[in-house]
Amino acid sequence: MNTFLAAALAGAAMAVSVGGAQAQTGGLLATIKSKGVLTCGVGPGLAGFGIPDQAGNWTGLDVDLCRALSAAIFNDPTKIKFIPLSSKDRFTALQSGEVDLLSRTTTWTMSRDTSLGLNFAGVNYYDGQGFMVRKKLGVDSAIKLAGASICTEQGTTTELNVADYFRSNKLKYEVVAFASSVETIAAYESGRCDAYTTDSSGLYAQRLKLAVPADHIVLPDIISKEPLGPVVRHGDDNWFDVVKWTHNAMLNAEELGVTKANLDEMLKSENPEIKRLLGTEGKFGEAIGLTNDWAVRIIKHVGNYGESFERNVGMASQLKIARGLNALWTKGGLQYAAPIR
Amino acid sequence: MTDATIENAPYAFVRKETLPQESPPLSVAGPLAWIRANLFSGPVNSLMTLVCVYIVVTSVPDLVRFYLIDAVWSGANRDACLADKVGRPVGACWAYIADRFQYFIYGSYPIPQRWRVNIVFAMFALGIVWLLWDRMPLKKVGFFFFFVLLPISAYLLLLGGPAAEGFLRTLLILTFALMAIYLVLSFVPGLARFWIGPAFLAVEEALPPWKRFYRVKRLILLSLVVLGVIAILADSAGLPRVDTGLWGGMVVTFLISAVGIVFSLPLGVMLALGRRSRLPIIQFLSVVFIEFVRGVPLITVLFMANTMLPLFVPQEYSPDRLLRPLVGVALFAAAYMAEVIRGGLQAIPKGQYEGAMSLGLGYWSMMRLIILPQALRIVIPGIVNTFIGLFKDSTLVTIVGIFDFLRTIEATLVDPTWATPTTRATGYAFAAVFYFLCCWGMSRYSIAVEQRLAAGQRR
Amino acid sequence: MTTIPTETRQPGKASLLYDPKIRGYAYQILLLAVVGFLVWSAASNAIENLRAQKIASGFGFWHNAAGFDVNQKLIPFSASGSTYGQAFYVGLLNTLLVASIGIVLSTFLGFFVGVARLSSNWVLAKLAMIYVEVIRNLPLLLQLFFWYNAVLKPLPDARNSIALPGSIFLNNRGLIMPNPQFGPAFQAVVVAFFLAAFAAIAFYIWSKRQQERTGKQYPNGLITLGLILGLPLIVYFLAGQPLSFDLPQQGRFNLTGGLQIYPEFVALLIGLTTYTAGFIAEVVRAGILAVSKGQTEAANALGLRAGPTLKLVVIPQAMRVIIPPLTSNYLNLTKNSSLAVAIGYPDLVQVFTGTVLNQTGQAVEVVAITMAVYLTISLVTSLFMNIYNKRMALVER
Repeated sequence: MNTFLAAALAGAAMAVSVGGAQAQTGGLLATIKSKGVLTCGVGPGLAGFGIPDQAGNWTGLDVDLCRALSAAIFNDPTKIKFIPLSSKDRFTALQSGEVDLLSRTTTWTMSRDTSLGLNFAGVNYYDGQGFMVRKKLGVDSAIKLAGASICTEQGTTTELNVADYFRSNKLKYEVVAFASSVETIAAYESGRCDAYTTDSSGLYAQRLKLAVPADHIVLPDIISKEPLGPVVRHGDDNWFDVVKWTHNAMLNAEELGVTKANLDEMLKSENPEIKRLLGTEGKFGEAIGLTNDWAVRIIKHVGNYGESFERNVGMASQLKIARGLNALWTKGGLQYAAPIR
Repeated sequence: MTDATIENAPYAFVRKETLPQESPPLSVAGPLAWIRANLFSGPVNSLMTLVCVYIVVTSVPDLVRFYLIDAVWSGANRDACLADKVGRPVGACWAYIADRFQYFIYGSYPIPQRWRVNIVFAMFALGIVWLLWDRMPLKKVGFFFFFVLLPISAYLLLLGGPAAEGFLRTLLILTFALMAIYLVLSFVPGLARFWIGPAFLAVEEALPPWKRFYRVKRLILLSLVVLGVIAILADSAGLPRVDTGLWGGMVVTFLISAVGIVFSLPLGVMLALGRRSRLPIIQFLSVVFIEFVRGVPLITVLFMANTMLPLFVPQEYSPDRLLRPLVGVALFAAAYMAEVIRGGLQAIPKGQYEGAMSLGLGYWSMMRLIILPQALRIVIPGIVNTFIGLFKDSTLVTIVGIFDFLRTIEATLVDPTWATPTTRATGYAFAAVFYFLCCWGMSRYSIAVEQRLAAGQRR
Repeated sequence: MTTIPTETRQPGKASLLYDPKIRGYAYQILLLAVVGFLVWSAASNAIENLRAQKIASGFGFWHNAAGFDVNQKLIPFSASGSTYGQAFYVGLLNTLLVASIGIVLSTFLGFFVGVARLSSNWVLAKLAMIYVEVIRNLPLLLQLFFWYNAVLKPLPDARNSIALPGSIFLNNRGLIMPNPQFGPAFQAVVVAFFLAAFAAIAFYIWSKRQQERTGKQYPNGLITLGLILGLPLIVYFLAGQPLSFDLPQQGRFNLTGGLQIYPEFVALLIGLTTYTAGFIAEVVRAGILAVSKGQTEAANALGLRAGPTLKLVVIPQAMRVIIPPLTSNYLNLTKNSSLAVAIGYPDLVQVFTGTVLNQTGQAVEVVAITMAVYLTISLVTSLFMNIYNKRMALVER
């Protein structure tokens, strides 16, 4: 590969900050370890999933996955550089190596998984596209939106889904597409559109930004499947494994009842599954290039999936989203982690 | 006829004293006449006047009431600006601007580190005053300060982190080394003269490097002071790294404009010279670059910088998200700057070129010593106008997701803490005032320079 | 200072190093090598990166189904049957539409404001000055945000539309008016219109000649108006009124049917027009001031009144100064129409560089096509303007 241009650019501008010229030999995990920081692509600010507070501290369900990875690698959940990415920029950023992983409400689709050269490392939120409308319109179902104007963000699956939905139901509608969610929600609030459409989790989060959230309702219809999950590039299987199993470890921990609070007791547990998870038995951590207590670190710093969910989007948060599809399989949901063995 | 003859005149009907001057009739002087001549000189004109007065009367009082009389000046959240909560009609919600003012200036830049930004702001202001105010001395040192020291210091201070500190250390060592060389070179001849005697004078004449070096003394001293201060600050307060993702607000707006001007001016000079060059390939490449960039909208250049720049470099060097639009803006501004400077080069009379060549100056010496100083001086208004355009265009980085000043305003508009019916009008008014003051100030400056130059031309 | 360059000290055959010709070649070869190397390395990096990222390259995407909708379209476009290529044309036509209307409107407004600034009417001149100063010193993007919200906000929602006479409705979804439906016989009316236009031009030329020869004046305006309006109207009624209107109906959310002008379009058009007019006004003012005062005085001495002086003496001369900067303002307006992306008007950049780029991921191709379009528009416009400029230029002896 030709590095001359890069060198010229770097020398001329001096502010080139990302990357550095680490050797590519040990894979991405080795690079991250030697850099001492994990670069995580997150959303530009979606309450509950990834949003910075006034002091620039990021929180959210997607952010917690980054924190879990940082904890697993460095035993410190703060060694992360968050890069906020809009829907339009996210894949380029991941493909170009600007971020190590993308954890920002990204829908797992076949074309993204294959032709964009990405790998989805699991599903941390089962979502579906929905609509938000004003209460005073008296609409209770998406099928009654015939002839409505609908605001959406461009460059998303949302834009395609809404076209599919209205086409298959033979309904007329008018789409108004904006470049960012800020403009989209502003246009909806100003009355330019009758309905605002995005993933239903996003609807709940965006509703909080409206002046009077109670004036708006989220329609019960879900018009698409939107499995959201963390994404990595093709070509580094070890890093793919690390991300995948970090997510699985958080799920397994919830299933086995290991929480932040009872972690120390659980370390003494005789349950073989818990022993394997917490690294007191077997060398599962080392197999993916981490330490054997990797899951302990995750749970200590971030907690299990259930804790993260409740804290960020669940009943303990402003969003108050029910577990629904995201409950564990044992409780009627879809979250089902592969076993550690 | 003199007073004496009047007094001596025998006729009784001749006045003996001069009458006090009558004021001119109302129809040719005074306010009424002025009004008639300027406002109601004909039916069309009268109609125009009435329409204009109607526009002013219907809009200005409403604006004043909205933005000043009914405005809310303080408050903790939107309750202060909601009409039914305060029980009176509410105009602009300035309380919201006051509450978010820090955010508009610094974006999400960490609060304990904001002193660093302030230092850079101060240096920027000093540099601007130094270069633009014609009474400031040492213009060349000012150029060095603005185009070399300021970018380096801004990089060191704003970004910080281990890489920047290493760079600062290298620079300090380099400056010290230069200082040492200077000291040695300036003392050795003196010592030598002391030992060898006056015979040495001839030798001194033949050693131009000292002389040349002498002029660099001030630059080295200034660099030493600036870098030294930064080093002391870095040592005492520390310069932890602040990622560009946290930068925002006016910092970014000024940064884009500053980077634009600092890089586009030298680049523009090179392109303008290239376009006027007699060497066909150089001319061709310059023309292609200039016309290409001037033919496309800035947005597409930004899109290109944002999506294609990362493709053009190896993956591990992926440029920073803020750096990409900076590169785009600098290249874009350079093309426009080149055309302005080319205008200046063309305005220099041929005699200047011929005079320079007859003195035996080579191309670069001719340009550096004779042509460019004159050409740049006459295009200062043009450069300032290009800069105003650049400053206004810096808002476009919003579209590629950079948090410039306008974007921070947009971002706060959807914040429920301050969601009121008048927030948007207030935010835009604040942005308008900010941009207007900056741009209008610069355009006044450019007009003043133009007049000064014109005065010089008039002789 | 004794810095005499070396080459002058050694007359005659200098070393090859100092031969300006050789140096010139060396510089150029060096530059060419550097540029070539940069281009080559950028290209090879891009190819490598694209391969690594498994992004398809080439223009195959052009014929793929688009799958998204666009609200304002001048040609048929739907999510089901249309391709990315058609999306490109939809965007391009929208760009051209807003740019061409904007150019016409901003020319009128700009000339008016420019003349107003020089008016002897104090209030008018001051107002024009304030307009120009404010417009020119604010970023266009801010002005667009302002217009978009200023156009949207005060309008009622679709259920409480303002009804204007003639089945025209105004609400925050835009201006909805009857959509003319042309019957097949309407072509005759169009033909009649063009015939009338030709006749009017012919009459104008004839009357001018007649006036030059005999000094007799004809009521040109009335006759032109009569021809252009009368002839098509007669044909229209003869052909049995082949025109009907699709009237907008109140639907559940929006008015359905009719011709809808979207608020995004209106906001962009107003923003571009007022912004560019501010610049055109300054161009016009400078052009008029460039005509020496002697010309006006001579015209006055000949007995021409203010209006004819401006029309017959000042403006034709000012046009020579005005045309070149006017061209660049037209181009700026066209390029600035790309800011549509910020307020959701589906222009070329919004549809193509926005949505299509994101759905296909083919950044290089999409950005290259977009840039090529704007470059072509720029080059074609400056070509026409150059031709016009040559015709207007002062013919010197």
